Amino acid sequence: MSKARVPVIEGMFREEPDGSGRLLGGRCPTCGASFFPKQWSFCRNPDCCGAELADVDLSTRGTLWSFTDNRYAPPPPYPAPTDDQPFEPYGVAAVELADEQMVVLGQLARGTDVSTLSLGQEMELVVEDFFETDDEVRTVWKWKVTG
Amino acid sequence: MSDVAILGVGMHPWGKWGKNFVEYGAVAARAALADAGLGWSDVDYLAAGNTMRNGYSGYVSGSTFAQALGWRGVPVSSSYAACASGAVAIEAARARILAGMADVALVVGADTAPKGFFGPLPGERPEDPDWLRFHVLGATNPTYFALYARRRMELYGTTTKDFAAVKVKNSRHGLSNPNARYRKEFTEDDIAESPVVADPLRLVDICATSDGGAAVVLASAEYAAKMADRGHHVRIAGLSTATPTYPNTYLDMPDIATDSAVGAPAPPRPFRDAIAHAAYEEAGLGPDDLSCAEVYDLSTALELDWYENIGLCAPGEAEALLHSGATTLGGRVPVNPSGGLACFGEAIPAQAIAQVCELTWQVRGEAGDRQVDGARVGLSINQGLFGHGSCVIVTA
Repeated sequence: MSKARVPVIEGMFREEPDGSGRLLGGRCPTCGASFFPKQWSFCRNPDCCGAELADVDLSTRGTLWSFTDNRYAPPPPYPAPTDDQPFEPYGVAAVELADEQMVVLGQLARGTDVSTLSLGQEMELVVEDFFETDDEVRTVWKWKVTG
Repeated sequence: MSDVAILGVGMHPWGKWGKNFVEYGAVAARAALADAGLGWSDVDYLAAGNTMRNGYSGYVSGSTFAQALGWRGVPVSSSYAACASGAVAIEAARARILAGMADVALVVGADTAPKGFFGPLPGERPEDPDWLRFHVLGATNPTYFALYARRRMELYGTTTKDFAAVKVKNSRHGLSNPNARYRKEFTEDDIAESPVVADPLRLVDICATSDGGAAVVLASAEYAAKMADRGHHVRIAGLSTATPTYPNTYLDMPDIATDSAVGAPAPPRPFRDAIAHAAYEEAGLGPDDLSCAEVYDLSTALELDWYENIGLCAPGEAEALLHSGATTLGGRVPVNPSGGLACFGEAIPAQAIAQVCELTWQVRGEAGDRQVDGARVGLSINQGLFGHGSCVIVTA
């Protein structure tokens, strides 16, 4: 029996049936600013009195703001490497969303060759397996080169 | 606003000494008091910078150091502002003096650092951005440093050789600094052999975590005038502990996303520029007035960003400024004459105070082999995660 797929943090993103992802943000109906994660119930624009944020899916495409990779295992609470799931170096991308005018971090999709990337490249959101527990596959959003 | 005098400075050397942080802080405090020609009994107020990784006594650093030096009823404060903690503690002491509530204040910061990457505090806290970025992304501090470095390379054509040149310069500056942890000259070849931690940064591009302690003794201008027989005192001409202005669209630690620029005008200047700007404004000085600067080289690449943030050159021109020799000892405005974090590693709550110790020695003309000729004005700057600015301008 296949394990249930569960977001690593509930409420931060959603996986669509086609494997694409949606980041779950908050948007202020008064000033239009978006927030990710939604975190609080109110708008953080100091000149706006928005007291409530609407739940929104953020744009799924953006342009590459910067990128790097991590070649050594981070400390906890990053999932600790195990015999079955050894540490794999991974890329990290910061992507600028045009509509929201904000930059959002994510790991790079597995297999992305960091040396081929350049600023301004179009990226899209995907959901991938992150790590497995005894009965679940925990998933996470990632940035992938479009196309 | 009248200036506050720096009567004394002192440090415990940086290293991995394996002792409790209180030891380092007490050594630094006693050295600063001795340098001032004062005793603990002359101090009316103690402000300290907290450490997050040494238990409860680290969260109440003011009383911890007051107890270590001997309880005598002095009011205390304990500040935490990540890398900017030391500057926030200095600001607490300065404000107390300027309010007329103290004549002499002691400021102390000390840390005992763990090995390896800094991680968040234990526990499971999805609402804590610092916990979240490690758990969901594995975004360590060097991850962010590398994102900034790569962006600089892509925007300005900076190369890893430019980053290496920063390390070579700082390693030479710190060679004879008795308080520096690393006193080894690095060549470009040494750096090329260092393993890549987060592309494009190598291990030696990234500052280590260190133990250390630093302290300063501050006094009102009136009190300093009474101590005039001990010579001319240096002054704090400007101090900024600015926070960002919304919308902050530059990706800062430990956030996963920036503010959205929709619905609000862009701030007059980016956060790191604004930190320096506020201190310049207060001091009535500008970049052309600087004799030297201590900037927070958490990575070699970040030092180049700081040149631009403090106005030594326009964006994209830091590499040319570096290669001109202007920021090397003997140049127009030496940067990190102490050797910087490249030679010290970071002892978080002590580091901003250590920067001020160095500037004080420089403008007094007491910096020995690393002395900047004729130093009159020095600026220190850093940024702590969670939106903390720190900039201190010291004048002769």
